[in-house]
Amino acid sequence: MSAVRLHGVRVPHMKNTAGRKPERMGVPTVVTIPMSMHIGAPAEPVVKPGDKVMVGQLIAKDAGPVSSPVYSSVSGVVKKIDDMLMSNGKFMKAITIESDGKQDIWDQLKVPEINSFENFIAAVKDSGVVGLGGAGFPTAVKLDIKDLSRIETIIVNGAECEPYVTSDTRTMLDDAEYVWEGIKLLQRYLQAKRIVIAIENNKPDCIRTFQNMCSGNNGIEVAIMPSIYPQGGEKVLIYNVLKKIVPEGKLPIDVGAIVINCTTVAAIARYVKTGMPLIEKCITVDGSAVREPKNVIAPIGTPVSDVFEFCGGFKEEPKKILYGGPMMGIALPSLEYPIMKNNNAILAFGQKEALTPEPTACIRCGTCIESCPLRLMPTEFAEAYEAGDAERLGKLKVNLCMECGCCSYACPAKRPLVQTNRLAKSFLAAHIAEKKAQAEKDSREGANSR
Amino acid sequence: MNGLFVSSSPHIRSARTTQKIMLDVIIALLPALIASAVIFGPRTLLLAGVSAAACVACEALWEKLRKQPSTVSDLSAVVTGLLIAFNVPASMPVWELIIGDMVAIFIVKMLFGGLGCNFINPAMVGRTVLFLSFTADMTNYVIPEKAVDALSSATPLAIMGELGWNDFPELLLGIHGGVMGETCALALILGGVYLVIRRVIKPIIPISYIGSTLLFSWLFGGEQPVLSLFAGGLMLGAIFMATDYVTSPYTNKGKLIFGIGCGLLTAAIRIFSNSAGGVSFSILLMNLLVPYINGLTMPKPLGGVSEK
Repeated sequence: MSAVRLHGVRVPHMKNTAGRKPERMGVPTVVTIPMSMHIGAPAEPVVKPGDKVMVGQLIAKDAGPVSSPVYSSVSGVVKKIDDMLMSNGKFMKAITIESDGKQDIWDQLKVPEINSFENFIAAVKDSGVVGLGGAGFPTAVKLDIKDLSRIETIIVNGAECEPYVTSDTRTMLDDAEYVWEGIKLLQRYLQAKRIVIAIENNKPDCIRTFQNMCSGNNGIEVAIMPSIYPQGGEKVLIYNVLKKIVPEGKLPIDVGAIVINCTTVAAIARYVKTGMPLIEKCITVDGSAVREPKNVIAPIGTPVSDVFEFCGGFKEEPKKILYGGPMMGIALPSLEYPIMKNNNAILAFGQKEALTPEPTACIRCGTCIESCPLRLMPTEFAEAYEAGDAERLGKLKVNLCMECGCCSYACPAKRPLVQTNRLAKSFLAAHIAEKKAQAEKDSREGANSR
Repeated sequence: MNGLFVSSSPHIRSARTTQKIMLDVIIALLPALIASAVIFGPRTLLLAGVSAAACVACEALWEKLRKQPSTVSDLSAVVTGLLIAFNVPASMPVWELIIGDMVAIFIVKMLFGGLGCNFINPAMVGRTVLFLSFTADMTNYVIPEKAVDALSSATPLAIMGELGWNDFPELLLGIHGGVMGETCALALILGGVYLVIRRVIKPIIPISYIGSTLLFSWLFGGEQPVLSLFAGGLMLGAIFMATDYVTSPYTNKGKLIFGIGCGLLTAAIRIFSNSAGGVSFSILLMNLLVPYINGLTMPKPLGGVSEK
């Protein structure tokens, strides 16, 4: 194990909205709720067009071991259930609900009864909570550790290293009790020996809040992390907090760690305390084109256009709209996209920021290598990919790339390295699959000829 | 609304550009250029200007003929031109200098694909070709106008044995014979410090290069190992030529090996072969080894499991 510091880049923080308490926006007239706002099998609708639904009512149940249920964020009538084009280019079933504006709460909501690990996990599943830091992995699946003695440390991720995004910051300040309740639940039901709340040092208020809460509590501590992007990346955080390396193909639990986002923790506690599942999100709305950047509490399924509207609309014509922060966020082709469970920000940029700089020749300066937190060699990936050399890509471990964006950000030649990494990753995956299929075919033919 | 831009993340980029890096290198070369004008007279400015212009013209011409997009605005040709001029004496005929520029740009840089694709330093090859083709003109060292003693009228490497510490100020200030840009060690170091502060280069290559030259010169029994660091092309080579991104290794470890290799070769050539141009040949030779050094010093991916 090495004690070498991981690389990263010093991005501009742009936490313009950190000081503003989130404002709750009005009820949208229509919400569109996709069945996949998580990693895993899409949820299955349990309502049909014409059905009346209420706030917090189950509208789609989890389908399979890795999945998550979906609840209505408004009261109203189901208008349609059909395919929508998601930001990843795939079609996904989505439930469109016309709101009646009353926000009547579902009468069958009840506070879950929790007295064991099993019903804690069941409650986490029923809460509809997924990784709210952005990954969207179903939290119940992550926490369902068969052998609890394997858990040495739970890291509550409050790093929030993406520029602009402050929704985790606001959760840690405004919902500190929920975060704390959630931590206590994890401590009790996962029998965690040590819980570390990791917060970047550009959030002194959050650090102070939790340091105060931690005093006198054994086994819960705050770790102050340097504000170097991507501090909040799972593998990066595990290394920086525990100095442990998660090996390729393994999970954090294999080194005794669980990383869970602070807003995820708060959402679990909210469900356990109130019985209200995940139906709304605190969203940072910012970017050069937004008139009044602020944090907004928006019902899931609200079109991003409504959320921007609530922030005073645009002060210049938006040319790029992002789901998430500028380092890893996804550019949206229209304003029709809905707020999803795992969204934490929507950003709008004007012409100047929207343009991608023209790439120039690689000058082999090694800046990309110097900025990669996982010690990969992006420039070599690009070379190997262009040469179609899958063997070399495998040796260079392009599959480990987490697409954090450091290499592209730092590159003085403005080369689209992350994009090349993505292409190279799928090229390598296809090559491996092909090789495997060929090997199977060969062995079958070998068996036949005998 | 007439359409949104959609592109792959990240959506923000650092302010650093190739052009800014090259501009910083040009700025870092200015103290030495000014020093050369003071020491050898204003002709050095003419040579520098002509050489830079010739390199830019060669690149532009090549790209025009090959119908490629123009890349001269990245300023890398200006840097190459200045470095070639720095490596000729102030008396160098202009047409010969331009031949050096043409070799560097046409053959070493553009023929291999332009910036980033050359495997050896274009300026260094330009200099070496001139040295081998026009040896007399390349070693016709102009005596500084302010020459005061034996040191200042000779190139110090040739008379190292006769020098003592009282000659140090003249060595540092560069008041002695030599090619136009290499003599003023002080100005070159100043430029190097600027590059380090601006994070254009890391000090690893210059320090390991100069340090190992000292160590090996001493081990090989060279005369005046410390003073010899300030003579000849070592400072210019170690700070501006060996640190060329394209032809030096990626990682810190690689850079260290590269610097030590350069130092070992420089000391060996200076002491055992008695040939001028130890720095050039060392750097060119080490340039050739860069792909191997890069291969040997690949960083180990975090969590990477090597295939069995």
